[in-house]
Amino acid sequence: MKVTSFHFMPYRELPDDVELRYRSMWVDAPWHELADAARAGDFYNQSIDELMLAAEVGFDGLGTNEHHQNPYGFMCNPNLFGAILARMTRDRGLDTAIVQLGATLVSASPIRVAEEYAVLDCLSAGRLIAGIPVGIGADAGLSYGVTPIEQRARWREGIEFMLKAWTSAEPFAWNGEYYQLRNVNLWPRPVQTPHPPLLVPGGHSSSTWDMCHERDWAYAFLSYFGAKAAEAAMDGFWEHADAHGRERNPYRASFLQLVGVAESDERAEAEYGPHLEYFYKRLLHFPPQYFTPPGYLEYPSQLGAFKALAASPPVDLKALTSRDMIERGFAVVGSPATVRDQLEAIARRLGVGHLLAITQFGSMPHELAERNIRLLGSEVLPHLRTIWNAEGWQDRWWPSGIPGARERTAVGGAA
Amino acid sequence: MAERHPRRAGADGRGWRRVSVTVKTVAVRHCGFEAKVKVAGSGEPVVYLHPAGGPAWDPFLDALAQRHTVYAPDHPGTGDTARDAIHRVPGLWDLVLIYDELLDALGLDRVALVGASFGGMVACEIAAHRRSAISALVLLDPIGLWRDDAPVAQYMTMSPQELAAILFHDPQGAAAQAALALPPGDDERAVALADLVWAMGATGKFVWPIPDKGLARRLHRVSAPTLIVWGEEDRLVSPVYAQEFADRIGDARVELVGAAGHLPALERLDLVAPLVLDFLAAGGRHASRP
Repeated sequence: MKVTSFHFMPYRELPDDVELRYRSMWVDAPWHELADAARAGDFYNQSIDELMLAAEVGFDGLGTNEHHQNPYGFMCNPNLFGAILARMTRDRGLDTAIVQLGATLVSASPIRVAEEYAVLDCLSAGRLIAGIPVGIGADAGLSYGVTPIEQRARWREGIEFMLKAWTSAEPFAWNGEYYQLRNVNLWPRPVQTPHPPLLVPGGHSSSTWDMCHERDWAYAFLSYFGAKAAEAAMDGFWEHADAHGRERNPYRASFLQLVGVAESDERAEAEYGPHLEYFYKRLLHFPPQYFTPPGYLEYPSQLGAFKALAASPPVDLKALTSRDMIERGFAVVGSPATVRDQLEAIARRLGVGHLLAITQFGSMPHELAERNIRLLGSEVLPHLRTIWNAEGWQDRWWPSGIPGARERTAVGGAA
Repeated sequence: MAERHPRRAGADGRGWRRVSVTVKTVAVRHCGFEAKVKVAGSGEPVVYLHPAGGPAWDPFLDALAQRHTVYAPDHPGTGDTARDAIHRVPGLWDLVLIYDELLDALGLDRVALVGASFGGMVACEIAAHRRSAISALVLLDPIGLWRDDAPVAQYMTMSPQELAAILFHDPQGAAAQAALALPPGDDERAVALADLVWAMGATGKFVWPIPDKGLARRLHRVSAPTLIVWGEEDRLVSPVYAQEFADRIGDARVELVGAAGHLPALERLDLVAPLVLDFLAAGGRHASRP
């Protein structure tokens, strides 16, 4: 298995009662009351340092993403950070994947994302994984003005545009439904051929699974509610793989998980508990319609969501303690042995070959994040790395610019 | 012909005879749209365009239908139309042309338009396009203009509770409760909620993120005499917009309605129905004010 250290770059010092004082921490959170630019600068730099430490202790990839107008994560363009990480890992001789999960085609323009991804692939000598999130309503719709009912169609067109812009031998005109460009002649083109591997993040949408399987693209299940809650979705993903005649190669799938490790279970719960509560109660304080404004979900999905809501009301995060969150598996928190065992069980149950580990979450201070990353690197990663070796799967969704990446997996499988 | 009002309604809409409504299917060539038009009543035709929350046959339409043949089309994607029809309507220009062709197909060469909220904006666009083919225009708290000092509320990102609070002067009143009522049964309720959200999303295609798509530049083209009705307590679109519309339309009169929010035809049907019926009966000539 490969493990990426995934970072949202949260604002780490919100007051205790923001979830009571404000309607939402997304879109509405008032900067001048809650934040400080110098501290934001500290947090950006700490986040970069945490990612670089993860690369040095042996994580396979470094992940960044895009969100807007909120303290949950405000890397407005993950490619700004991907560029720094591409250069710094190159300077230190680290063959870490640069996992952009990712720049949102509908918020930026697709030609800008295509160009920036190509730049990152050049800078990193072919170590880019090109994430293609559809984006959430709060970002594209509320913060960037994208019409919710057009978001998915814009996204699909943006993907096709980017692929053609990367690979077309000749300049071309693009006369799309949403984007018109008279002359597309991308400088630079990506190092990887025919193009960097794509990674499609998703939730429970079966149309996303079908898109991945039709195109042979990798999929990342993004949820904050742990592996138990992910079982139905990942079972669905694999059933759809069968239907498309795709082998159940675990490297097709990534799973996102908050992870906190300390010397003992008790110490881990005590150290990470407050930051879990900060994450779930404050950073995730937003009304649901911000994530899915009207039109964002296709009608059948919207109807399904209301039916599901009637069948099982949503969990009230604000009523949970950090112990509840750990017991429900929202976060994997414990001693190295506990974390190893739980992550292996999750990987095997869900059939995933890529783990996106969030190693700094919520208000977690820099020193604790560093300790977490070091312990994961020394005590947990060596164990996780071998999980799928016996099965001999080839990872065709890892960047080809990483020396021996494919061969290493194949050798491991043959051993 | 002697004019006599039907029985006047109470504020809760009681008192108007319920009319029977049929749904007419009309194939519109533009965007391949299959229109669904509710038709009821008899008399001089009136076209009614519904708000962003979707079509509903309400007591105001019963009142209109006492004296008129009411044609109430569902906006693309809402009501009885195919949900994905909205994906084949790229923009506002196409929506206007759909209604242009629909009015032709219905044989409504010269007709009065009534529009509420989002429907009011669409009615203005049609009237600015078809000009002399629109005999009279009634606007009920329309959206479509923007003032920085009185921003139109972003109703598309509100919770159901917030929506109820902002739509009505008295959210606990009978008119509000009737309009907000959901069907019993989990599945039926889920369908009603999904329809509501989808209707906001589909109409939102033409107004996101700010409901100012250039109507201010086109309103001068409206040649129909216009009655502008506004709930004095409208918190979704401030009554200051009434004069903004009136200033740009050549022949317009404003009527503010007390104790009414964004949907005065529901909350003060007792006042709004006679205002609208009298205006239409006079062929859009403004009665002298008392």
